[in-house]
Amino acid sequence: MNALLDVRGLAKRFGGVVATDKVDLQIHPGEIHALIGPNGAGKTTLVSQLAGQLTSDAGHIAFDGHDITHLLAHERARRGLVRSFQVTRLFKSFSVLENIALAIQAVSGSSLRVWRAVRTEKALFDRARELLTALGLIAKEEFRVDQLAHGEQRVLEVGIALASRPRLLLLDEPMAGMGPQESEAMERLIATLRAQCAVLLIEHDVDAVFRLADRVAVLVNGRIIASGDPAQVRADPAVAAAYLGEAMPS
Amino acid sequence: MPAPDRSIAIERSAIVLAAIFALALPSLLHALQMDFYLSFATRVLVYAIAATSLNLVLGYGGMVSLGHAAFVGLGSYVTGIFLAEGVTNGGVHLIATVLITALMALAIGAVSLRTRGVYFIMITLAFAQMLFYLANSVKGYGGDEGLTLRARSLLGFGIDLKHGPTIYYIALLVLAGSLFALARFVPSRLGRAVLALRDDEVRAEALGFPTLRFKLTIFVAAGALAGIAGALSVNLQGYVSPNALHWTQSGTLLVMVILGGVGSIWGGAIGAAALLLLQEVLAAQTEHWEFWTGWVLLAVVLFARRGLAGLLFDLRARVLAR
Repeated sequence: MNALLDVRGLAKRFGGVVATDKVDLQIHPGEIHALIGPNGAGKTTLVSQLAGQLTSDAGHIAFDGHDITHLLAHERARRGLVRSFQVTRLFKSFSVLENIALAIQAVSGSSLRVWRAVRTEKALFDRARELLTALGLIAKEEFRVDQLAHGEQRVLEVGIALASRPRLLLLDEPMAGMGPQESEAMERLIATLRAQCAVLLIEHDVDAVFRLADRVAVLVNGRIIASGDPAQVRADPAVAAAYLGEAMPS
Repeated sequence: MPAPDRSIAIERSAIVLAAIFALALPSLLHALQMDFYLSFATRVLVYAIAATSLNLVLGYGGMVSLGHAAFVGLGSYVTGIFLAEGVTNGGVHLIATVLITALMALAIGAVSLRTRGVYFIMITLAFAQMLFYLANSVKGYGGDEGLTLRARSLLGFGIDLKHGPTIYYIALLVLAGSLFALARFVPSRLGRAVLALRDDEVRAEALGFPTLRFKLTIFVAAGALAGIAGALSVNLQGYVSPNALHWTQSGTLLVMVILGGVGSIWGGAIGAAALLLLQEVLAAQTEHWEFWTGWVLLAVVLFARRGLAGLLFDLRARVLAR
């Protein structure tokens, strides 16, 4: 099977610090691929390189067989490579529904229209409501985003990334700062994504990762030190060593 | 009547009243034998157009430009130079002004929009000062003395901008057209996308919006509209000097937008009217009018964060709540 995302020798340094060190990574259609690693391992840097917020110093990224190494973030998003953020980034002047509608608008047709009101585009808002129903946020469609609870904001954060119909969704710690119940709901949501798109899941909750992921890669100091199916990675002595001092699931 | 309908009804009536007042003003001033205030009223309209164009960049695009007056001044010079050379065709003036100011905005925007925050402020300021010194050094067209003109733009059908009420109504038409276009723009696809990138540019781009292209689009549109304000200004005053491009003029436009309401459709127009009226009234009372203007500005910034337009909206909400 051809990889949907094929990363070869990707590198990034900030001054003297090597943040990403010759990373190779393949993600296949329909799989949930987890990326774990201790704090400061370079996980978010890698996501930013993949999604295009950061340029890479070396290496290549291919998406669906096309080289996208030099594409800008919005060009990658339009091809279906979309990310969510670890720190919630929503549009605060917009309602919950409008946040979703905006994300759909971003990937459907040209936005250089200046005369007709978006709210007259019924199909766009029908889709937005459909998605909000699936996310369990439909009752709050008219809310301003800052009126949502933290957990709901996190769901919307993932939701607007989903609204742009990704083929590969990069989830940067979707459960960050969530309580146990909210985490469970998010875990269920991520499990349903398998039917829609491939997922690169970055997550601190290692238990959730091992339940969800088809494959796991471990990033330490910008290098991938182990990868494979969850059982393999769990048994890897190098991984246990890297997590020394941090809780590793038994 | 449900609240949104009533709110729209109130806004419509306010617009109709403002329109009737603006249309009747020249006759009103004439009847009161206060014709000398007509050119002041026209000046308010011209500033209102310029401030509205800045509000597009500042209030909707979230870009604090300290060089916006350069486009107004450039527009004045383009039209002024045509007039000085004996070309009085207003159509030529309009096309040339729009083309040249739009191209200049494209060039300046293409460079400066790659920066953000304080760097953007400084780079727009730098470009504006370059144009300011250029205007100073062009000897053929007045240099630092400025360019004085006897002729005015002729728009055909005997429409001569030398005639006070004529230029007043033309400026009113341009302002009304700009406000209408802005009102259509804000809820449109591009309008929503631009508001989104004002909220969070990184996120907007991550969702697939070409944010740089969008910012450049509105920067160019705003530059061209500012140029038209400049063309009207030189016709009104019969004079343009390098001071029109000076950064303090850009500062005045910023003050107008902040006073009127950043990111509010009426913000630029209300702010221009309020500041010029305030200056006029205070200057008649005291030499130190700038001092008192400062206090008014301070009060608005501290107590009416959304400007005078925001106050009007609050007033409307209070009327509706009763």
